[in-house]
Amino acid sequence: MLHIKCPHCGLRSQNEFTYGGDATVKRPELNKEISDQEWDNFVYLRKSPRGNHLELWQHISGCRQWIKVERDTLTHEIFKTFKANEEV
Amino acid sequence: MSKNFRLEKGGLVNRNKKISFKFNGKKYFGYEGDTLASALIANGVHLVGRSFKYHRPRGFFGAGVDEPYALVQMNRNDEVDPNVRATEQELFEGLEAKSVNCWPNVEFDIGAINNFLNKFFPAGFYYKTFMWPKSFWYKVYEPIIRKAAGFGSASTKHDKERYEHKYEYCDLLITGSGPAGLASAYAAAKNGAKVILAEDKSRFGGSLLTSEVTIGNQSGQEWAEKIISELKSMPNVIVKNRSQVFGYYDHNMLVMSERISDHLPKTEKYVPKQKLWYIRAKEVIISSGSIERPLVFGNNDTPGVILSSAAKEYLKIYGVLVGKKPLIFTNNDSGYETAIEFKKNGVEPIILDTRKNPNSEIIKEAKDLNINIKFSYVVVAAKGYKKVKSADIAKISDDKKNLSNIENLKCDCICVSGFWTPTIHLASQSGNKSIFNEEIDAFIPNQSKQKETTLGSANGIFTLEETLKTSFQKGNELSKKITNKENKISIPSIVEKKTSKHDKFWCVPLPKGKYYKRFLDFQNDVAVSDIQLALREGYRSIEHVKRYTTLGMATDQGKTSNLNGLQLVSDVENKVVPQVGHTTFRPPYTPISIGAIVGREIGKHSKPTRKSPMHYWHEKNNAVFVDAGVWLRPRYYKQRNENLFEASKREAKNVRQNVGVCDVTTLGKIDIKGPDSAEFLNRVYTNAWLKLPVGKARYGVMLREDGIVMDDGTTTRISENHYHMTTTTAQAANVLSHLEYYLQLVWPELNVNVVSSTEQWAGAAIAGPKSREVLQKLFPDLDVSKEGLPFMGYMEGNLFGVNAKIYRISFSGELAYEVNVESDNGIFMWEKIIEIGKEFNIQPYGTEALSTLRIEMGHVAGSELDGRTIPYDNSLDGLISKKKDFIGKRSLSKSAYVASDRQKIVGVVPLDKKTSIPEGSYIVKDAKAKLPNPKLGHVSASCWSVEYDNPFSLAIIKDGKNMIGQKLFAMSPLKNKTIPVEIVSSHYVDPKGERVRS
Repeated sequence: MLHIKCPHCGLRSQNEFTYGGDATVKRPELNKEISDQEWDNFVYLRKSPRGNHLELWQHISGCRQWIKVERDTLTHEIFKTFKANEEV
Repeated sequence: MSKNFRLEKGGLVNRNKKISFKFNGKKYFGYEGDTLASALIANGVHLVGRSFKYHRPRGFFGAGVDEPYALVQMNRNDEVDPNVRATEQELFEGLEAKSVNCWPNVEFDIGAINNFLNKFFPAGFYYKTFMWPKSFWYKVYEPIIRKAAGFGSASTKHDKERYEHKYEYCDLLITGSGPAGLASAYAAAKNGAKVILAEDKSRFGGSLLTSEVTIGNQSGQEWAEKIISELKSMPNVIVKNRSQVFGYYDHNMLVMSERISDHLPKTEKYVPKQKLWYIRAKEVIISSGSIERPLVFGNNDTPGVILSSAAKEYLKIYGVLVGKKPLIFTNNDSGYETAIEFKKNGVEPIILDTRKNPNSEIIKEAKDLNINIKFSYVVVAAKGYKKVKSADIAKISDDKKNLSNIENLKCDCICVSGFWTPTIHLASQSGNKSIFNEEIDAFIPNQSKQKETTLGSANGIFTLEETLKTSFQKGNELSKKITNKENKISIPSIVEKKTSKHDKFWCVPLPKGKYYKRFLDFQNDVAVSDIQLALREGYRSIEHVKRYTTLGMATDQGKTSNLNGLQLVSDVENKVVPQVGHTTFRPPYTPISIGAIVGREIGKHSKPTRKSPMHYWHEKNNAVFVDAGVWLRPRYYKQRNENLFEASKREAKNVRQNVGVCDVTTLGKIDIKGPDSAEFLNRVYTNAWLKLPVGKARYGVMLREDGIVMDDGTTTRISENHYHMTTTTAQAANVLSHLEYYLQLVWPELNVNVVSSTEQWAGAAIAGPKSREVLQKLFPDLDVSKEGLPFMGYMEGNLFGVNAKIYRISFSGELAYEVNVESDNGIFMWEKIIEIGKEFNIQPYGTEALSTLRIEMGHVAGSELDGRTIPYDNSLDGLISKKKDFIGKRSLSKSAYVASDRQKIVGVVPLDKKTSIPEGSYIVKDAKAKLPNPKLGHVSASCWSVEYDNPFSLAIIKDGKNMIGQKLFAMSPLKNKTIPVEIVSSHYVDPKGERVRS
């Protein structure tokens, strides 16, 4: 079980969190004209890197904040965690 | 020879307390402190089971977790427990156990015929033998294999025992209480660190309990006792025996299984049988010791062939002799310690040492004791079927290839020692890539991967002096980093015997013309010849060899067989062991009971049960409940002998004719506040929200970004910047997360706050043509007329002194209202509604009637919003705004979503107006078409229409919009039904929606 440092609450066990996928994906702006390809990339296409991965987690059984976690997908090492609005 | 193998004195058992127990129906006696194994050996019982494949007689091989043979079926307090290691099971009064894998009994086992047919059971015989004829698989082969497979049989009864989980944090977790564990725990505890010391056995001390050493002026055993009692008295230390740390997981999380009551005849009240500890440790010290390696020779599985260290343990801890004419077969000095113990207790051992001319203190001591030692000698084969009776021994040439002077020697046990294998399982599970150490012919941990440090013989250090020195030092160093305190400890002087180098020799060659089975994996019956065959057949990777031959795949996970297997592969392949590599170590290190893994989260406790504030009223009024997510909801209220069908029909009918009341507390509720709330809702929902006036509710549909409907519900504008959102019961939590996601990550500029208020409100839906009259009586001061409170209107009122919120919304399609009060007032509200509604024939209705009402109205719910449908499919496309953007809108223009024959919701009525259509049925054009019959869609929900008194279903089918009026078939292969049906509009009742607006 991972040990994730919530930037708001401190170190907590993984079972307090839910996983939220790739944190680098940016939602296209509202009302913006974009191609089918661009939209599909946003909705469906994700990289599955072996190694460093910036991802979203929600501290769902804690402060309910969405946070960003920089984690190694191979070793599960967590390098750093960020608040939702924090620049990485 | 006497059947009593217990010495007159000695050992750590309590000779003042005699214990009776039964094995295979026969009564025996042992002492308090015995294991089942030691007590059986003391009674001269060596035949405890039959082997897995060949059903060869099997006895005891070890004295602890490494035991591959002695698995028994336990009967304790009317509960059966299969796969219990007799070497670990402590004796208690009235214990009952029996042998497994034998029929009719262990002495005479029919399956033993396999042993004589062993030519037909080579490695991979499953793959080779059961290939043809194909039809035999289900009828003949599989039932036979199933019957033969496994050790023991699990109970089919509910387990009455209680199992618990515990979460714990500590500075240092120390796994094993041998010299390394004790020294490091002591040093760390002295520095003030929070320490957990875990010992698998009942006694602390590990090898100190059986070795002849002096620490300071004490024996190893006395020193261990002193340290343990001191640790136990320290408030910062948790000392646990009967506790196996079996898994090392991510981020220094380790799991330990504590067997609290297994050694007692009965679990005490309020005490669990076992407890699983989830331990997050800052530092982990692995002091799990080492396991003696077997030497491989002919028939080396015969009962009476035993590890030399186990023989010593039975002697020193239990005062039990494994034999009275022991033969010690060793390639190192450890065997001598066992021989000396025998000699000291008046038994004459013979030592066969594979080495030519070794020299050490301990060998000298053995010589001085006049023990018969034969150098360059090996055991060729054990003789005897159910117990060793003699051994063929031989002189072995210097190159270890040729045998000479073969002779037969009488003996009743053969104690083998092939040197030591460090127990690196935990280190390996932590991610540590082990390295092969040529000195000891075994793998040891390498660079730490997590925060683990391996000490003592688990790290390949076999001298006590170095073990204690490094362990004191590491315990001090690691704890000092955490506590910033240092309490220097002087390391006591140590007296131990120096040993000489072991011999790399481990497998005795077969003499000419003899084809003895030489076993590597004792539990899975894998012999040298099986590995050789696998290699001849082209298997190369050790992982493949393992799976093909099942080497190391038994419940003991190859604790005794692993290294010899690798050694053999490398010998045959002419490689060195590190090139072959070892197979992956996976948790659990020892078998863990399913009960312990599940803990208290079983049955009703597997998830919380949520009950509405009106629950006890429902109970009192004969509600039959149904699980709705984690909620318990009334399904129907039973009157007299009604069944579900009759009751729900009555309830639904009463809503259509009079008025009903339904507990809707379970609906998800989210409170939304902030100046940008309207803008936020406008982005979340598909329809327009900016112009919703205060005091009005609106129905909304929200999508996922991929265009699939996520949820629906009504949201009411309570005041300028305050909204009350409702969600479906099932999606409540997901919707809240979804909203938080967009507010926190995507549009942080929106000034909006959301919070779940599901638990704050108790809700009652009052539905039916007479609902307005009920409402008026509930709120005599309010104008609830058609004009005063129109459809989708909202007002606040006073319900006999209780604040209430009234929403004119409807799920049943009738004139209806939802009244919410604070949860604590829920029961008050409910009873008032029932009381006042009496004159209007009000009846409570459950989820079944609720479903009926919504299905015949064509209102969609969870069975249609199933994560596969877009708004169009549910006839919700009218709610899609063309003017604004919202979550998921861009996806709706996908070609598949706008296809002209896109699936759409329809109504389905059986032509005979009698046969109910099972939910999940397929809709097909031609009932007689060849399989697979192309399906048009599926039936999502079915009910008995109370309006028309015939069955009615909703279905989502291809090109639904052009299917109205068609005659098709509903097919349910599951229920074996084919029903001719007509497709109608999904809005079966009141298609214009006049009733809700009345």
